[in-house]
Amino acid sequence: MPSVQDWINNPLGVVDGAFAQNNSGAEWEKKVVEYFKEKLKVNGAQSWVPSLNDVPLHYLKPNSLVKFRCMIQDMFDPEFFMGVYETVDSSTNSKVLRCGKYKDVTDCGQVDFNSRNAVTSERQTFYCVPIPGESQWVKEISFHQARVVPSTSYTPNRHKRSYEEDDEMDTQAQQENNCQWNDSHRNVESKRLETEAPSQNNSPSRCSSNLDLNFPLPGEQGPACLVKVYEGWDGFKLNDMLEVFGILSVDPALSLMADDKEASSLLDPTESMETVEEQRAHSPPASLVPRIHMLYAQPLKHNNPLLPSAVSEDKGACRFLSGVLSELTSVRSELLTYLTHIFLGDSLAAEYLILHLISSVYARRDVLPLGKFTLNVSGCPHSSPYTDQLYQIIQQLVPSSYQICMSLHNMNNQRMVPRKDYTANRLVSGTLQLASNTSLFLDETQLEQGQLDATGVRNITALGNLISWQKVDYDFNYHQMEFPCNINVLIVSEGRSLLPSDCQVHLRPALSPPNLEEYLKTVQLAQASSQLNKYRVYFTVARSLDYNISDQITKAVEEDFVEMRKDDPQSVSAEDLHRMLIVARLLSLSYGQTSLSRENWIKAKQMEMMRISRTQQQKCVNGNEP
Amino acid sequence: MSSPSSSARKRARSSNPPTPASEDPLSLSPRPREPSTGELQPMPTSPGTDMQSPAIQDTSLFSSPVARRSVPQSEVDMSSPLIYDTPSRGTPARQRPDLGSVRKAPQVDLNSEPPSGDATVASEQTAGQRLVIWGTDVNVGTCKEKFQRFLQRFIDPSSREDENACLDLNEPLYMQKLDEISVVGDPVLNVNCGHIQTFDADLYRQLICYPQEVIPTFDMAVNELFFDRYPDSVLEHQIQVRPYNALKTRNMRSLNPEDIDQLITISGMVIRTSQLIPEMQEAFFRCQVCAFSTRVEVDRGRIAEPAVCRNCNTTHSMALVHNRSVFSDKQMIKLQESPEDMPAGQTPHTTVVYAHNDLVDKVQPGDRVNITGIYRAAPMRVNPRQSQVKSVYKTHIDAIHFRKTDERRLHGLEEENEQKLFTEERVSMLKELAAKPDVYDRLSSALAPSIYEHEDIKKGILLQLFGGTRKDFSQTGRGNFRAEINILLCGDPGTSKSQLLQYVYNLVPRGQYTSGKGSSAVGLTAYVMKDPETRQLVLQTGALVLSDNGICCIDEFDKMSDSTRSVLHEVMEQQTLSIAKAGIICQLNARTSILAAANPVESQWNPKKTTIENIQLPHTLLSRFDLIFLMLDPQDEAYDRRLAHHLVSLYYQSEDQVEEEYLDMAVLKDYIAYARTYINPRLCEEASQALIEAYVDMRKIGSGRGMVSAYPRQLESLIRLAEAHAKVRFSDKVETIDVEEAKRLHREALKQSATDPRTGFVDISILTTGMSATARKRKEEVAQALKKLIQSKGKMPAMKYQQLFDDLRGQSEAAITKDMFDEALRALTDEDYLTVTGKTVRLL
Repeated sequence: MPSVQDWINNPLGVVDGAFAQNNSGAEWEKKVVEYFKEKLKVNGAQSWVPSLNDVPLHYLKPNSLVKFRCMIQDMFDPEFFMGVYETVDSSTNSKVLRCGKYKDVTDCGQVDFNSRNAVTSERQTFYCVPIPGESQWVKEISFHQARVVPSTSYTPNRHKRSYEEDDEMDTQAQQENNCQWNDSHRNVESKRLETEAPSQNNSPSRCSSNLDLNFPLPGEQGPACLVKVYEGWDGFKLNDMLEVFGILSVDPALSLMADDKEASSLLDPTESMETVEEQRAHSPPASLVPRIHMLYAQPLKHNNPLLPSAVSEDKGACRFLSGVLSELTSVRSELLTYLTHIFLGDSLAAEYLILHLISSVYARRDVLPLGKFTLNVSGCPHSSPYTDQLYQIIQQLVPSSYQICMSLHNMNNQRMVPRKDYTANRLVSGTLQLASNTSLFLDETQLEQGQLDATGVRNITALGNLISWQKVDYDFNYHQMEFPCNINVLIVSEGRSLLPSDCQVHLRPALSPPNLEEYLKTVQLAQASSQLNKYRVYFTVARSLDYNISDQITKAVEEDFVEMRKDDPQSVSAEDLHRMLIVARLLSLSYGQTSLSRENWIKAKQMEMMRISRTQQQKCVNGNEP
Repeated sequence: MSSPSSSARKRARSSNPPTPASEDPLSLSPRPREPSTGELQPMPTSPGTDMQSPAIQDTSLFSSPVARRSVPQSEVDMSSPLIYDTPSRGTPARQRPDLGSVRKAPQVDLNSEPPSGDATVASEQTAGQRLVIWGTDVNVGTCKEKFQRFLQRFIDPSSREDENACLDLNEPLYMQKLDEISVVGDPVLNVNCGHIQTFDADLYRQLICYPQEVIPTFDMAVNELFFDRYPDSVLEHQIQVRPYNALKTRNMRSLNPEDIDQLITISGMVIRTSQLIPEMQEAFFRCQVCAFSTRVEVDRGRIAEPAVCRNCNTTHSMALVHNRSVFSDKQMIKLQESPEDMPAGQTPHTTVVYAHNDLVDKVQPGDRVNITGIYRAAPMRVNPRQSQVKSVYKTHIDAIHFRKTDERRLHGLEEENEQKLFTEERVSMLKELAAKPDVYDRLSSALAPSIYEHEDIKKGILLQLFGGTRKDFSQTGRGNFRAEINILLCGDPGTSKSQLLQYVYNLVPRGQYTSGKGSSAVGLTAYVMKDPETRQLVLQTGALVLSDNGICCIDEFDKMSDSTRSVLHEVMEQQTLSIAKAGIICQLNARTSILAAANPVESQWNPKKTTIENIQLPHTLLSRFDLIFLMLDPQDEAYDRRLAHHLVSLYYQSEDQVEEEYLDMAVLKDYIAYARTYINPRLCEEASQALIEAYVDMRKIGSGRGMVSAYPRQLESLIRLAEAHAKVRFSDKVETIDVEEAKRLHREALKQSATDPRTGFVDISILTTGMSATARKRKEEVAQALKKLIQSKGKMPAMKYQQLFDDLRGQSEAAITKDMFDEALRALTDEDYLTVTGKTVRLL
C-alpha cells in the first residue's frame, strides 16, 4: 500500500496501479474513487491536502492531489476522451495499454489510434471560481487551520518545480516569493499576505492578453479552475458550492496548444472553426486556469469554516451541533445587544436583522419561494458612511456577502445578469450570479435623481425578480433561462425602497452619538473575535434547523387570523398572514426552537404590529404618501 | 467506442490489414472504411497513401484502405456503392461530404476503362448474399433491394405530415416523391426513418448503425429506380437520399460515445453560423516547365505537393493553380440544446454541426431545428511537432438533413406538429385520467395549488391552456377564426394575480411574461434594428410574436400606455401582427393567448361602482377578452378561516409533498400538450342549439346598466370555451355539458350572478353567502316604500335628500341604512321616476 504522502503527492500512481492490477473490467475505476474517499475520511486527512484557494499555483506540485473550494460558474460541453489507449514504443514496437482517465495529455510514446482495445469515455468540464463574495474571515480561519498541520514534506519539491516551470518569469520576483515562502513557514500571518502578493505580481507579467477569468464580482481574486468531472455530473447544478478533491494538472503542453494555434490552423481547417475567443475561454493557459481532475467532490451547504461542512453524518458534528444549540439563546441575546448598538439603540430593527440573516429559501411551491425574507431598513442617513459600516459589520458575520451601491452610474453600467456569449461560448458572469445564502447588501442611499438607461431598467427588473421570486433570468440571447437562487437581500434606504421587499423597518435611533464613525468602531472593537465566531456559528446553525407547526398552533393561528379580519378586514390581508408566518418561523428558529409555540406567534404578531405602526407614523410625518 | 463493430472497423483501417482467415478476401476490397478517429494518423506510413501517384491509375490503393475522413480522396473509390453500377446516364454524381467521404466521380474513366476494383465489386454482387461491407453486416445487394422495395411499396395512409400534403395517401408515398423530383428537378429525396422502421426494422437498424455505408447504397438504389422510370429526365446531379427523424437520439444531452459514427437526430436551436468556408477538395498543379498538369486530392487538410514533374522530371516545378482547383462549400453551425430539454439548474450544451454543399445557409441563428446527421469524433493533437496528444476528442455532427421545427410559424399552416413524443403508457395514463368524471376539477385544482381557491379562475385559465379548435374560413373570406382564449384578471391588489401569471408562464412551453409598466409597443410587437456586424436590417420579434402558439402573460395591464395597448387590438382578434417599419412591411403570426392582470382604476375595487366603471378599459379591448375575472377579497369569516389554514399548511408541509405536486405539474403539462395536438372537437347539433339560446339570453341581460353587453364576439367566446372544455374531456364532440360549463364560467367570470342587474353593482356579500334572493326582495320593498312615501307627499317637484331619508326612517319599522336608501333612490331613478342631483330629489 502506498504511504500517506504517496496518495497526496502522486495520486496518478495510485490510479495507474489500480488500472494495471485489473485492467479487465471497469471495476478499477470505482475502486480508485473509493480508495480516495476512504483516505479522505480519516480524521484531519482533508486538511493535509493543499488547497488551491490558499497556496499559489506555482508552489503546487503538478499531478498532486489538491482541494478547491469553489462555485460552478459555467458548464461546458461534455467531451470525449481516450479512456484507455495503447501506445507503441517505436524502438521495440511493443504495445502498452494505458489509462487516460484523470489526465489531459497522453503519456509518452506514439498513440495507436487504431487499437481495438481503446475505449472512448465521456467527461464533463465545469468552470469553477472561488465562492464569490467570500468574507475575509472565512479565508483566514479555514487556511489558518490548514497550515497548522505540518506539510513540509512537499515544500522542497515545490521549490524545484516552480523554478523549472516559471523560468520565464522574473527571477527576482521569484526569489522574493521564495524568501517570503520560507519566512511564512514560521509566520502564519504573513502567509496570508503572501498568497495575494504573487497573484498580483503574476497577472500583469503573465497574461498580456488580459484574460478575463470571469468572476461574478468585480475585483475578486484567486484561481479559476476547469474541473473535469468523471461521474454523476448530472447531479451538479450551476452555482453549486463544492469542495473538489482532485488531481492538479498544469501540463505546459496545454498552454502550448493555444500558442500554436496559428500554425495548426493552417494544417487543419477544422481547427479554425473555433474562434479565438472560444479557444481562450475553453482552453486558457494552464498556468492561469489549472485543470483539476475530480476524484471526489463534497457539495457544500455553507462555507462557514467554523462548522463541520457536512452537518449530519458523523458523531463529532452531532456533538458540536448540540453544544451550539444549548447556548443558542444566550448567543442570541448577546447578538441582539450588539446589533442594537449598531442600529443606534433600535432593538426592533436589530431583531429583524437577525431574522433576515437566518432566512433561507427552504422550499418552493410552484413559483412561490418559501422562507425568503427580504428586509428593507429605511430611515438610513443619506450619503454618510453609516451604510458602508453597516455592510462591514454584516460582512464580519456572514460567510459570503456583496454590496451593490445603487448609484445611477452603477445601475446603468454594472452587468448584473449573467449573459451567454456565443462567440466565446461561455456564460459571462454578472454580479447576481451568487452562491446560495450569500448576503446581498443593496445601498439605496447612494441613489440620486437621474435617468436610468436600458441597462439600468434591466438591472432594476432583475433585482426585483430576485427579491420577489428568488430567481435570476440569465440572458441567453435568444431566450432567457430561469435559475432559482437563494440570496438574502438587505436593502438600506432613506425612505421606502423602490424595490419590493418582504418587510420594511424604519430605523428609529434612540441615541445620536456625536461622532457616528467613532461610535461604530468602538462598538465593533468591543467584540472579541471569539464572540464574533459564536455569532457566525449561530447564523449558520439557526438557518439549517428544521421547523414545523403543530395542528394545535395551526388552529390557533387560524382563529387569530379570522379574529383580526373581523375587526377590520382591510388591515390584514393574506399577504400579511404570509409575512407573519415567516416572521414566526424565523423567530422560532432564532431561539433554536424547531416548532412554533404560542408565545412566539404572539411575539411575532407584536413585532409586526410595532413595525407597521412605525411605518405608518413615518408616513404621517412625511405626509406625502397617500 | 466499445461496440464490437467499431473495433472491427478500426482493424480495417490499420495500414496493413491482416486478412482474417474467416472472411472472404474479397470483402476486404469493397470499401475502405472511413475511420472516425484516424485523421491524425501519421501520414505516409502505409504505401497506400502515396499521394503523388495520380489517383485513377493507382489501382493498388484498393487493397489498402486508407485512413481519411471528411476530406477528399484522390482515388476513385470504385467500390463505393455511390459510383459503381449507377445508371446515371450522364447525370453527374455529387459528392457527399456530409457522409464524410468525399468522392470524385469521374464518369469518363468509369465507363472507358473499368479499373480492377470494379471486378471485385461485380463479383461481390454476384457472389451471393453473404458478402458484407467490411466491418459491418451490410450487404450492398440486399440492402439496395430492400430499399427499392421500400420505395415502391411503402404506403402511409395515416400520414399527417405537411410535406405529404398534396400526395395521394393510398399510393406508394416515395414513388410519388420521385415523380415530384422528375417534375421539379430537385434531386433530393427526404426519407422518414420512421417509415423505414415500420417497413423493415432490420434495414432501419443498419441505416442507423452504418449510415456511411447504407446511405450511398440508398442513393444508388434510388437512382437506379429513378432513371428506370424517368429515363429522359435531366437532373443537376444524382438524387441524394436524406434520411431524417432517426429516433436514436432526441436530446443533445443524451449523446454519448456509443453514438459515434451513427445516424442521429437531435433537436436544438441554432446559435451561430460561420461564414461559408470554401474547402479545397482537389488541388490543381501545373508544371511550369512543360505545362504538364496534375490533380492532387486534399488529404486530411494537407496537399501533398508533387516534388517532381512526372512528365519532364524537373524537380520543384509544380505550381498550384487556384482557379482550377476544386472547392466545396462548408459551414460550421453551433447548435444549442432547446430550453425545454434541459434539466433545471444546468446550462445548455452546444454541439458543432458541419453543413455541406446545399445545406449551407439553410438555417439562421435563432432557428429551432431538428438535425439528422452522423456523429463524429476526432482526436486533437497538442502540437504538430510533438507526439503527445491531447486525450480529448473533438466531436461534431455532419449534417445530412435539417428540419426547422418552427417553419410553420412562417407559413401559417394549420396545427403545429411539434412531435412531442408520448410513450404508450403515458398516453394510456392520460386517457385513463380523461375518462374520470371529475377530470375537469382535478386538473383545475392541480393548477397553481399554492394559490388559494379562485376555482373558477383556475378553470378559466385551464380552458385557456387548452384553447378552442382552430377553424379556417379563408375560403369564405373571413380568414382564420381565433381559437385562443384571452383572459383578463381584474381585482384588488394582493389577490395573487401576479402569482397566477407567473405560474402559467412557467407551465406553458412557449410563454412570455411582461409587465405593462415596463413594456412598450415595440417590445411587444417587433422592431427593426441594424445588425452591428453585417449592417443589415434585422427584424427583432417582441413578446407577442415570441409567444406564438403559447401564452403571453401581461401583468399590470392597466399601467400600460394607450398606444401600447392599441397594438393588442389586432393581435387579440386577427392573431396577426402587421409591421411597417424601415422599409420592412410584413405580417407576422401572433396566435397567442393573452392572460392579462389589471388593478381596478382606483387600485381598490370600489363596490359603489359598476364593473365597467371599475375596470375602465376601452370597450373595444374589453370585448376581445373571452373571460374577465374579478378577483375580489370576499371578507368573510369562513373564507378567512380556509385561507388561513391553506397558508399555514404551506409553511410546514414536508418536502415530499412538494415533490408530489411537482409530478402533478408534469402530468398536467403532458395532458395539455396531448389534448392540444390530438383533440379537435366539433360542435354537435344539440350543442349549437344550446349555444344559440345562451347567446339570446345574454343579449337580453346585457342591455342592463353597467354590464358587459353581448356581441357576436361573446358567442364566439362561448364556442371556444365549450370546445376547450370538450378538449379537457378528450372528446371529439362538443356537447351540451360543455356549453353549460362555458355559460356558467362566462357568467361567473364577471360575477354576473352576483351583480344586481339593475344597479350593475357587484354585491360582494352575495358572493360568499349566496343569499341574494331575500336581500334583493328587501331592496325592492324599500324602493316601493320610498315611492309610496313620495307619492303620499303629493305633487312636489323637489325634495331635500336628508329630509326624505329621515321621513323614510321614521315611517319604516325596520332600520334603514343610508346605503339602503341610496339603493332605493337609484332603483327609482332607473324607473325614470325621479332624479337625484346633489342633495335634492326631483320628480320627473
